[in-house]
Amino acid sequence: MRVLIAFVSGAIFAGGLVVGGMTQPSKVVGFLDIFGQWDPSLAFVMGSALLVNVLAYKFIVPSRPKPLVEESFHIPTRSDLDWRLISGGVFFGAGWGIAGFCPGPALTALGSGKTEVFIFVASMAGGMYLYRFVDDFVFSEVGNSSEGAPPERVKIDA
Amino acid sequence: MIGLAAAMMLVFNGRIAGISGIFGSAITNRSSDGPWRFAFVGGLVAGGVGMFLVDPSMFSLEMIPTRSTWAFVVAGLLVGFGTRLGNGCTSGHGVCGLSRFSVRSLVATLSFMGAGIVAVYVFEHVIGGF
Repeated sequence: MRVLIAFVSGAIFAGGLVVGGMTQPSKVVGFLDIFGQWDPSLAFVMGSALLVNVLAYKFIVPSRPKPLVEESFHIPTRSDLDWRLISGGVFFGAGWGIAGFCPGPALTALGSGKTEVFIFVASMAGGMYLYRFVDDFVFSEVGNSSEGAPPERVKIDA
Repeated sequence: MIGLAAAMMLVFNGRIAGISGIFGSAITNRSSDGPWRFAFVGGLVAGGVGMFLVDPSMFSLEMIPTRSTWAFVVAGLLVGFGTRLGNGCTSGHGVCGLSRFSVRSLVATLSFMGAGIVAVYVFEHVIGGF
């Protein structure tokens, strides 16, 4: 059941991304181009998605002991800020600005069968494996692996 | 629709619809809860195929200035590495995180929006292509 829900949710999510224009990198780049021909339309896409979820978190989640088909909610609870969070955001944002793709729209755009999208997704998967490798063999050396990591600052050359 | 899909994951499966986390854990973890992750990614791709059949123009990759294949390679690496290091992307931090008023997600969203704005400025107005 939860597999089916995940599939349907993914398909609806994809529909929303396409209708919102997120699968056209030029629109994404236009949204980020605040010093040029700024196209604010994606702010409304994100804003409406936010609104629905604010309501869900505010009214539905607190009123239920558990989700409908799972035994418990898996909602992140961390509140610490560390260099990983910020530098990760910076790496991701740089890639987002270069190609105009973030993970969801890129996976959705695989459906168009275009070579560039496959290259992007393959490279993205490569980046995720690279992170796992670096996390296992480099970060763990300095005692700051992501598994139960203490939020202390560690200098790395990035 | 994005909001509905994310809320659906939350209400039925109790999971946040953070795509980089779902995809990243599906491919790099050998944990036992893989099937729903692959199903979600499969749903995304299937939705993409369906929408492409309805209106291929919604998948235009045309950009000015144009991007080379290398731009997609470099950008993919940055997006893959960065979303795992920062524990989330536009959906996980930007939609699911901000709607719970998570400070981490706000900081992450400001980081990637800021970096995205700088990258676009550099490539659109300073270098003029990649």
